[in-house]
Amino acid sequence: MKEEGNYANRPSNTAFTQQRLPAWQPMLSAGVVIPGFLLIGLAFIGIGVGLLITSRSIQVLELDYTGTETSSPCYQCTMSNQSNCVCKLSFSIGTLFKGPVFFYYGLTNYFQNQRKYGVSKDFNQLIGDVSYFKSPSSDCQPYQRVNGKPIVPCGAIANSMFNDTFKLYQIINGKEELVPFDGKGIAWWTDYNIKYRNPDYTPLKNAFNDTEKPVFWTKPAYELDTSDASNNGFINQDFLVWMRRAALPNFRKLYRRITEGNYKDGLPAGNYSLEISYNYPVISFEGTKKVTFSNVSWMGGQNEFLGIAYLVIGSMCVVMSVVMLIVYAKFRFPEED
Amino acid sequence: MARENEDAGMAEDVSKAKSQRKSKAKETKTRTVHANTLHDFAKGEENPSRRYANNRIKTTKYTVLSFLPKNLFEQFHRLANVYFVFIALLNFVPVVNTFLPELALAPVLFILSVTAIKDIWEDYRRHRSDMEINHMDCLVYSRAEKGYVEKYWKEVRVGDFIRLRCNEILPADVLLLSSSDPDRLCHIETATLDGETNLKQRQVVRSFFDLDCDFDPLKYNSVIECEKPNNDLNRFRGYIIHQSGKKDALYKENLLLRGCTIRNTEEAVGIVIYAGHETKAMLNNNGPRYKRSKLERQMNVDVFWCVIILLVMCLFAALGHGLWMFQYGDKRPVFDVLSPEGTNLSPIMSAIYLFLTMIIVFQVLIPISLFVSIEIVKICQVYFIHQDADLYDEETDSHLQCRALNITEDLGQMQYIFSDKTGTLTENKMVFRRCTVAGVEYSHDANAKRIAMYQEMDSEEEECISHGGTLPRRDSVGSHQSARVLRSHSTKSHRRTGSRAEAKRASILSKHTAFSSPMEKDITPDPQLLDKVNDCSSQLDFMRLHSQPMSQLPSDLSDVFDFFIALTICNTVVVSSPNQPRQKVRMRFELKSPVKTIEDFIKRFTPSRLTSGSNNSSSSSLNRSSNKGGSSMQSCPSAESTLTKLNEEQSSSVMEHAFSPAPPSYDGKAFCTPDEGELRYEAESPDEAALVYAARAYKCSLVGRLPDQVTVELPHLGKLNFELLHTLGFDSTRKRMSVVVRHPLTDQITVYTKGADSVIMELIRPPITGNSKGRRQKKILCRTQNYLNLYAADGLRTLCIAKKVLSKDEYARWLQHHLQAETAIQRREELLFESALRLETNLQLLGATGIEDRLQDGVPETIASLRKAGLQIWVLTGDKQETAVNIAYACKLLDPEEELLTLNADSQEACKLLLEESLHYIQAKFLCSSGDASAKDFHANVSSFEIYPSSPLSSHAASDSVHRLGLVIDGRTLAYALDASLEDTFLTVARSCRSVLCCRSTPLQKSMVVKLVRNKLKVMTLAIGDGANDVSMIQVADVGVGISGQEGMQAVMASDFALPRFRYLQKLLLVHGHWCYSRLANMILYFFYKNAMFVALIFWYQFYCGFSGSAMIDQWYLIFFNLMFSSFPQLISGTLDKDVSAETLQQLPQLYTSGQNSEEYKPYMFWMNMIDAFYQSLVCFFIPYFAYTDSDVDLFTWGTPITTIALLTILLHLGIETKTWTWMNCLSIAFSVALFFTVALCYNASCPTCYPPSNPYWTIQRLLQDPVFYLLCTIAPVAALLPRYFYRACHSTLFPNPVQVGRQLDKLPADTRRNILSLSRVKMGSWLSPRQPSLPVGKPQNCTQKDQRGTEAPAKRAGAESVQQGPAHPPDPHSSSLKELGAKNDPLLSEELQPASTKDPSDPSWVPSTQMDRVQLNLPPSRAPPCVTYVRSSETALSCEQTPPCSRGTTAEAELYTAV
Repeated sequence: MKEEGNYANRPSNTAFTQQRLPAWQPMLSAGVVIPGFLLIGLAFIGIGVGLLITSRSIQVLELDYTGTETSSPCYQCTMSNQSNCVCKLSFSIGTLFKGPVFFYYGLTNYFQNQRKYGVSKDFNQLIGDVSYFKSPSSDCQPYQRVNGKPIVPCGAIANSMFNDTFKLYQIINGKEELVPFDGKGIAWWTDYNIKYRNPDYTPLKNAFNDTEKPVFWTKPAYELDTSDASNNGFINQDFLVWMRRAALPNFRKLYRRITEGNYKDGLPAGNYSLEISYNYPVISFEGTKKVTFSNVSWMGGQNEFLGIAYLVIGSMCVVMSVVMLIVYAKFRFPEED
Repeated sequence: MARENEDAGMAEDVSKAKSQRKSKAKETKTRTVHANTLHDFAKGEENPSRRYANNRIKTTKYTVLSFLPKNLFEQFHRLANVYFVFIALLNFVPVVNTFLPELALAPVLFILSVTAIKDIWEDYRRHRSDMEINHMDCLVYSRAEKGYVEKYWKEVRVGDFIRLRCNEILPADVLLLSSSDPDRLCHIETATLDGETNLKQRQVVRSFFDLDCDFDPLKYNSVIECEKPNNDLNRFRGYIIHQSGKKDALYKENLLLRGCTIRNTEEAVGIVIYAGHETKAMLNNNGPRYKRSKLERQMNVDVFWCVIILLVMCLFAALGHGLWMFQYGDKRPVFDVLSPEGTNLSPIMSAIYLFLTMIIVFQVLIPISLFVSIEIVKICQVYFIHQDADLYDEETDSHLQCRALNITEDLGQMQYIFSDKTGTLTENKMVFRRCTVAGVEYSHDANAKRIAMYQEMDSEEEECISHGGTLPRRDSVGSHQSARVLRSHSTKSHRRTGSRAEAKRASILSKHTAFSSPMEKDITPDPQLLDKVNDCSSQLDFMRLHSQPMSQLPSDLSDVFDFFIALTICNTVVVSSPNQPRQKVRMRFELKSPVKTIEDFIKRFTPSRLTSGSNNSSSSSLNRSSNKGGSSMQSCPSAESTLTKLNEEQSSSVMEHAFSPAPPSYDGKAFCTPDEGELRYEAESPDEAALVYAARAYKCSLVGRLPDQVTVELPHLGKLNFELLHTLGFDSTRKRMSVVVRHPLTDQITVYTKGADSVIMELIRPPITGNSKGRRQKKILCRTQNYLNLYAADGLRTLCIAKKVLSKDEYARWLQHHLQAETAIQRREELLFESALRLETNLQLLGATGIEDRLQDGVPETIASLRKAGLQIWVLTGDKQETAVNIAYACKLLDPEEELLTLNADSQEACKLLLEESLHYIQAKFLCSSGDASAKDFHANVSSFEIYPSSPLSSHAASDSVHRLGLVIDGRTLAYALDASLEDTFLTVARSCRSVLCCRSTPLQKSMVVKLVRNKLKVMTLAIGDGANDVSMIQVADVGVGISGQEGMQAVMASDFALPRFRYLQKLLLVHGHWCYSRLANMILYFFYKNAMFVALIFWYQFYCGFSGSAMIDQWYLIFFNLMFSSFPQLISGTLDKDVSAETLQQLPQLYTSGQNSEEYKPYMFWMNMIDAFYQSLVCFFIPYFAYTDSDVDLFTWGTPITTIALLTILLHLGIETKTWTWMNCLSIAFSVALFFTVALCYNASCPTCYPPSNPYWTIQRLLQDPVFYLLCTIAPVAALLPRYFYRACHSTLFPNPVQVGRQLDKLPADTRRNILSLSRVKMGSWLSPRQPSLPVGKPQNCTQKDQRGTEAPAKRAGAESVQQGPAHPPDPHSSSLKELGAKNDPLLSEELQPASTKDPSDPSWVPSTQMDRVQLNLPPSRAPPCVTYVRSSETALSCEQTPPCSRGTTAEAELYTAV
């Protein structure tokens, strides 16, 4: 009867064209929502408790050494333009500080995340491309050239590198015993091996001919660690750590780890003295400097927030499910059955 | 209202401009066309036709070279694009840049290139089709070759001679100079231009008419002056100047338009007048319409708000940065970076720079991809609408066409529907039902029975569809479905041939005549009338044989005779034979012209009267017509010589020749069995066809029509040739058409006029009082008027037939003026109009016809459900009031239970008075319902979660102000009401009525009404219509819908959507409209939310980076977030999401109100979404912030989790908003997540030194090893979405709105759902909602008392009239109706004189007391079954044969109630 030709315009009768694709219609009905909320809430509370316990198990010791108060041992270093000012900070640990202990330096009110600051570097210099030594990227302005000579490494980030140094002594019987610091592997592996390379020159110094060190630096890049060639130049771990910009104005950066010798299992209880060579100025912008000892868990340093957040959200879910249950029970109709 | 016309015709404009520039040297108001053969190009002679555009068409916008600049130029007309380019360029300014400048260009380039690719593709398609058209062949005369040679279309130039053969398409606008047709005609089919399928006749230019042989272009040396190219298809004016200095006028009948097809004509030759882009077809070729939808307008407001938010955020950040800089003073911190010059930037300067930087960073807030996404989604929506099998009409093999691509969502927001009646609500299939001749009614009962039979067949197939004849079905929902399914193939095919239309396309394909189903053709004659016709023709025959003058025929018989002659010839019907539908039946009887002086005189003045066009004998003429080509070498006498020859020709008497039977051989061949099935009639309007078929049923059949004569075959008399002197075509102002013929029997010049009764009745010669003839005429007039009222009350279309005999002197006088009018170049139309008015006076009434126009399938159901959907339906029709009212009852537009306000006024003052009274009446009557505010408020509160499937009260939010009132207004009153001083009152009255019916309205009034409602009430309007008279209203409305029906394509061409049938409007609006609206509204809101949420993350960060414009989200993520990561799911859900299933939407039309009230996208929702976005971004920002606070995290190791969290939150948010999940939704979301991680992994591993300034090398890889990352990705989205999810859950479980109830219904099993829906008054909201609404359905109780008071007075009146109605059951139903009608008219007329001011508005009894504001109070349901009233039109026909008096009585009763 029906010839196809007569119905040339007939739309094809498929589920797609007729908008009849099999579909799941999630109904936010009370029967689904209330148990769902309850389930999610309980699960979150569980996670939150776990996180909180983990976080509580982490030991943290923070010491501010900005020296704004007169009582602070570093006060005199802030007074004038003293070079090589050294101050000593004493503290004591009551119980064993479990290892491996991470030693951080921290800065507050320091805007490493500022836009213009963040732009101010030259990747091509830092990967060891010598041709960029002669003509650094214009991004490095105004730390591109000094006295007509190109700056290597150029830019504000490198220029403002943190240059306080620390030495930790345990005072055992009135004697100071140096706690060995492990400076290896504190930067990202990819930074150390891929992103930053030294130019292929021996000695390294030759590559830096006709270049200037950054204006704030006291020594050129190739003398950052003269003792260890694999920690010198652009692949100096402290440099790498600094170059990785902090996300927030209050941050800490890993300085060393304590993993060696007697302190492999942590810092035993006792008195300690931290010798700081105080170079980095922070008073001008009302910043503070601090050092932090911390051990880490699988979820990083101590942070109770995540655990509390899980607990709060989880309990909110539970509360909501209860509220809904009450409201629902109150307005429930016999027809619902 | 913002309505932009896109420059689709740009190319045309350009070419036009070019041609204008060329012809600037000689700028005149006319165009002069010389033949190209006169100018030898080889000699370099300047041909004036050179200046005109050639026939090459180029509809492409671009060339290879111009594409880039031109396309970019066009794209930059969009403000948004300019803005985005500005931002991208800003990135190249070093002091403010944030991103890699090249990267910042990416989104803009992407958007621009997507659009450009789309444009290239479209342009390429246009180019291809141009190429194809330009390289079509045609025969052009070549002077060198001395003959016609094949050329491409593009080589045709103005002034070329073209030879056209049968079935060829015209390459240009050609002036017809010669035709192989003996009548010098050329038939063309104009379907491509206007969609009309009937053949149109075109005539050879008059001066070339008498050329007997082939046209020789070399001998042509005339010059044509005509008007400049214009786009009016129905106008062509000009004249041809021969070398002798003689001028001849040119008409549109001489012009063959490009794109038409030559039919039935073997060969024609013409000269090209307009070519290429200057042809009328091309000038008419407008591009697609561009409208801006309501939703888009609303969206643009919110885009504007986004700009404000953006500026505020930027300003805030700039201020913050300035202060941050300021606090450091002169002590520069080590992390500060000086300006490149090494100087300190002042805080103010850096704040200003930062402002610009922030604009770049926050650019995502202005949704760049929103515009593109909306276009993509709309295209998909249009695709789905196109594909909907429910909107496909099998009969015509056509489906819905979306002609406007960007207003799909407007379909879901309509509030007012303005509908045409004829052809839109009705089939426009005219069935002859009854007629009255000379005051005697012929009821055609047998015919009615036959039609009833067809209807029965119909209703067997589709039981649920009641064409105004079956009882209303409350519970038709269920049966509706099943009946559809049960339709078998056989019934379908029957329907196709039987009751329903072979619609346009089918008729084009089959080349059969339009408007000819057996129902319309096979009319069973009324025996009484048939007897009279036979009687009449036998008497005439007798008289002819005995050479008696015709005037001795009894006047009633002569009226019958004239009546049928008028039916047969007063039209423009073309006759064709069924075997070759397009072959004109050739019936030529040579009329030897009498050379009486007066005739000669007339002849000299009527070159258009071409009766004796051939000087050959009849046999040679026939010979030539059957054997063309052969006689082509005859010599060509000049036109003048032909005329003289004609005059010299001697002949005997008119009678002899008029009666000369056709040559026996020919007669025997073609008409040996002249039974009805033989001939087909092609009419321009179905009315005409119906009348011609009706006449044929009485053996008075039209057998041939030529421009100069009409042949009618009659019993006994054989074939009669009417010399056709003039045809004064139908127009909507005159509302009538006339033919002027010379009657072959009486040799009188007779005018037959056919037209609307209101017009004709005014033109009837007032009967001379005193003599018997005058009395008889008066009686006829009076009776006919009564029958006309009766017909109209039955919902029939009425036409009056009248005639007029002209004396030769009168005719000569009129002719003189008419010829002047015809030849005038200026104001020709007006002059012709005046000329027609002069002729059509003092007519003699012959009779009237009643034609039924059946309702289309499913119209009452559609109207009912559209009304339930809260749509106000106004019907604007040109029909007379009674017809319109009855059709309105039949299609349930008017409900017998509701009151009818009828406004008829003859003056501005009366109209004003009427409107004010109506207003008072409405206020008085419905005071209580509006006064009881508390009840109303409560009702309004409750109605939001109540659904009464059958209660119109709760269907519309504004239903409180809409009463159960119907308003009927006629065209004249409408004209007064539309006056600026009254329109507000009119609107107030009309608004409070449930339905409005405007009768007798002109096309202009239709559009004025639509415009008024649209502009004053600020509502969304939809106009639906099928004919040319609806075009203006379709164009004015927000959405214009055309019915691709019987009356050509003009309405479709003007429309935004074209439907095959009216009933498809239901699904189009209720389902597709709702979906499109809710999908787009949700998508737009989501878009705003998404961008705001993403941008706010960066904004919060500014507090922690010194407002320096730094971003923790990598630039890549920032830029591609919108474009790639989050774009697919929203496109999918914007295209596919269904909030409620199609079935539920159709069964619960109330759900449509959510779109009308813009419930999915209210202004506050934008702000709610913004607030939600800011809340979510706070959560997504601060959870990672606190989780990483005081840690050694670096910028991007911290920023990447935030990006991931944001993406997950945004996708899950979409998940909450998605109502139906198909595999495509799931896939798209999975794809988005996968895409993000893939891109991130690749990007973070690809290049250690690239992409400054961010360079997040290996970040994501490290993060994926970090458990905290996963912990964050779990908690942050949950915390962010918790409030919204909770709100949604509470909302849909505890306080569901109707749409959500609909969704819940969808979840129920199908049969349960159907049960619930079929329970008419179940409060579905109640079993889901906490509160048990206690408001009674219907009017508040305290209202009923007043109601009764209102009905008191008319009840009394009804009582008074029922005395007159007493003899309502006499054997003759007609007389009873007559009496009843008389009773109705008289008191009303008398009361019309009463001063209206005497009525006291406070007293309800005044209300129904004048005719002008005939307030028709409904039948109280208890008194009579309500269905009687509105069913009666066809019910009568059905039951008429069984118990005629009884059913008449019902009608009369009903009539009475209507009259009250």
